[in-house]
Amino acid sequence: MDVRAQLSMVFHLDKCIGCHTCSLACNNLWTSREGTEYMWWNNVETKPGTGYPTLWEDQGKYQGGWMLKGNSLTPRVGRRLGLLTNIFYNPYLPSLDDYYEPWTYQYQHLFNAPLGEDQPTAKPLSQITGRYLDIEAGPNWDDDLSGSSVYARNDVNLAELTPLERESLFRLEQMVFFYIPRICNHCLNPACLAVCPSGAIYKRGEDGIVLVSQEKCRGWRFCVSGCPYKKTYYNWKTGKAEKCILCYPRLETGQAPACFHTCVGRIRYLGVILYDAERIEATAKVPDNDLVAAQLGLILDPGDAAVVAAARRNGIGDDWIAAAQRSPVYKFVKEWGLALPLHAEFRTLPMLFYVPPLLPVIASMRDGSYDLAEAEFFGRVESARVPLKYMARLFSAGNTETIKRVIRKLLAVRVYQRAKAVGDIAEERVAAMMAEADCTAEQAEQIARLTSVPRFDDRFAIPPYHREETIEQIEQLMRHKGHVGFDFNLPLERGL
Amino acid sequence: MVDLFLFGIFPYVAVVIAVGGSIWRYVRNQFTYSSLSSQFLEGRQLFWGSVPWHYGIIAVLVGHLIGVFFPAGVKAFNSVPVRLYILEGTALAMGLLLLVGLVILVVRRSTNPRVRMVTTPMDMVLLALLLITVVAGIGVAIFYRWGSAWFVTTATPYIWSLVKLSPDLKYVASLPVLAKIHAVAALVLIAVFPFTRLVHIVSIPFAYLWRPYQIVMWHRRQVQ
Repeated sequence: MDVRAQLSMVFHLDKCIGCHTCSLACNNLWTSREGTEYMWWNNVETKPGTGYPTLWEDQGKYQGGWMLKGNSLTPRVGRRLGLLTNIFYNPYLPSLDDYYEPWTYQYQHLFNAPLGEDQPTAKPLSQITGRYLDIEAGPNWDDDLSGSSVYARNDVNLAELTPLERESLFRLEQMVFFYIPRICNHCLNPACLAVCPSGAIYKRGEDGIVLVSQEKCRGWRFCVSGCPYKKTYYNWKTGKAEKCILCYPRLETGQAPACFHTCVGRIRYLGVILYDAERIEATAKVPDNDLVAAQLGLILDPGDAAVVAAARRNGIGDDWIAAAQRSPVYKFVKEWGLALPLHAEFRTLPMLFYVPPLLPVIASMRDGSYDLAEAEFFGRVESARVPLKYMARLFSAGNTETIKRVIRKLLAVRVYQRAKAVGDIAEERVAAMMAEADCTAEQAEQIARLTSVPRFDDRFAIPPYHREETIEQIEQLMRHKGHVGFDFNLPLERGL
Repeated sequence: MVDLFLFGIFPYVAVVIAVGGSIWRYVRNQFTYSSLSSQFLEGRQLFWGSVPWHYGIIAVLVGHLIGVFFPAGVKAFNSVPVRLYILEGTALAMGLLLLVGLVILVVRRSTNPRVRMVTTPMDMVLLALLLITVVAGIGVAIFYRWGSAWFVTTATPYIWSLVKLSPDLKYVASLPVLAKIHAVAALVLIAVFPFTRLVHIVSIPFAYLWRPYQIVMWHRRQVQ
C-alpha cells in the first residue's frame, strides 16, 4: 500500500444554478491576459449540450484520454514514436474556432462618434486580430438549451438513447437540462501528462495538483488533445500550455480556490482523500462496467488504523491525515456513495466527483401537467425525465446500476426530509425507500445537513500546507531577502 | 579578401554566436524556448506547409551531414551512375518538397490575419533567410549537376579544414556564386539561430521515447 494524499473535489449538481460566477472568478484571477482570453479553466455547460470546446467529449474527434487494448493502456493520440511523428502538425488539436474567437467591444466609439442621426453602437472586435468580428459562437452559446437543434441534439452522450427517448427529451413540454461546472480533474492517471513530449507537466506528490512547468513547456500541444476533458489550453501568444492550477497559491495560504470560494449555489466541496498509488495502473485497466467501482476502490478509509500507519510511513503529516478524516469529499464519495466521476471511461481516474442531479424533480405527468396530488410526489427512479442511460454515460461509464443506486439514495434522503418537515408521506413508504437505498436515518440527516446547510469550514477542509517549511528545502530564503518573490524574474514574454 | 572573411572568419563567428547565444538564452530565460506553434490559430494551410517543410528539411540536412561525415561512402555509392541518378533525384525532390512547404508557410504568415498577430519581425527575417538558402541550394542542384559527387571533394574537405582550425579556402574559391550564396546564407542562419524561433530545434523531445508516462514531483524528499 503506497498511500498518497490528493486534494479532491465534489460538485453537487442539484445545487448548481448555472450563474457562471465560478468562471468569472477564475477568469478575473488567472486568464485575463493576452493569449488566454479564450480560456475558461472553469466553465459551466448546459447538458444536454456539446459543451466547450464544442464536442469535447467526442474522442473520435480529439483522441483524448487512454485506450485499453488487451492489457495495454496507451494514450489515444498515439504511442511514443507515433506521437512524435505528428509533432509538426497535430491532427487532433482543437482550433480556436472549436472554442470561440474571443472579443471585446469598441466602447470608445460610444464617446468618440461624431454627432449624427443615430445612436452610436459599440461593435464587437476580435481580441486576437483587433478586427471587427461577426460573432457566430461563444463559450456558452448553448446555455439553457439555446440553439438546441444544433447543440443539444448533437450531444455525444445521447448516442445510446433510442430515437423515441431522444425525441421525448426535446419535446417542448418535457425539455430538460442541468448544468455541469467543469475544472481540471487533477487526475490520478493524467493523459495530458502522459503525452507531453517535453515532460513539462507533472503531478505534485504532496497534494496531487497537476501543473505545467512554463519553463519546460515547448508548445508541442499534445496535452491539449491528450486531455479528454479539454482542460489544458494553448496560449497562442506565449506558445505555452496552461491549465487550472486549483489556485494552489490560495490553497497554500489556507484559502479555497477562487471558483470554490465564490460559488453562489455553494455546490462545491473540497478536501483531502488518501489513495493507494500502487493500484493506479491496474485500476485504469478495469473493464468499463466496473471502472467507477474500481476507481472508488482506490480511495482509502482515513479512519482505518492500517491506512493511517501507511500514510505516516509515506511522510503524510498528522494534520493532513486529520484533514482527510474530516474531508467532505470522502463522505460524499465513499461513505455515502453519492458522488461519481465524470466520464470515467476516459481512464484518467479523475479526482473531481459529481453528485448527479435529481432535478428537474422526478415527477409524474397527467394530462400535460404535473400530478402533485399523487402519493408519490417525487416519482420513481425509473421514470426520471433525464433517461438513466444518459446519466450513466456521463457519470458511471455506462453502468446504469451505479447511477440508479445513487439516485435512489438521493431520493430517499429527500423523501425522508419531506416526511420530517411536511409530514405528507407515509412512514412505511419512507422506511421502504430508505431500506431500498441502504440509508440509515442518521446518514440521511448527515447528508441533508452537508447538502443544504453546510458552513464554510464544512465544505472546504483545506489541510495546512506549511509552505514556509517546505520551501526552505528548495530555496535559500535569505538569498532572496528584499526580492519581490520566488517566481519569474523576467517578464513572461513570447520568444523571438 | 571577401572570401577570406566569408569563409575563413565568418564561420567561426557564426558558430560562436550560435553556441554562446543559445546557452545564454537557455540559461537566462527558458520561458522563451518554444515551438511557438500557430496551428491553434490556423491549421489547414499549416498542414500543407509545415509537414512537407519539416520532413523535407530533415531529409536534406541529413543528406548534407552524410556528405560531411562519410565522403568515401558517398563516393563509392555514386560510382554506379544509376545510384547517382537515384540519389540526386531524391535529393532534388526533397528540396522541391521543402520549397513548396516553405512558400506556403511564407504566404500563410504574411496573409492570415490571425497568424500575423503572432509574427515578429524576426520571423520574417528568418523566413527570408531560409528562402534564400533553399532557392540557392535548389539552384545549385539544378544548374551544377551531380552536387552529391562534387560536394564531397569541395565542401567536405573545406568543412573539415574549418574543424581543424586551419580553413583551407582553395576548396571554396572556385565554387560558383550560387553555391557561395547558399553557403553564406546557411552560415548567417547559424549565426542568427539563438535569436530566432529556430531554437526549438534543440528541444526535440527525444527523451519522450523512454520516459515513464507519469511524472510526480515532491517538495519534500519522500521518507523511505
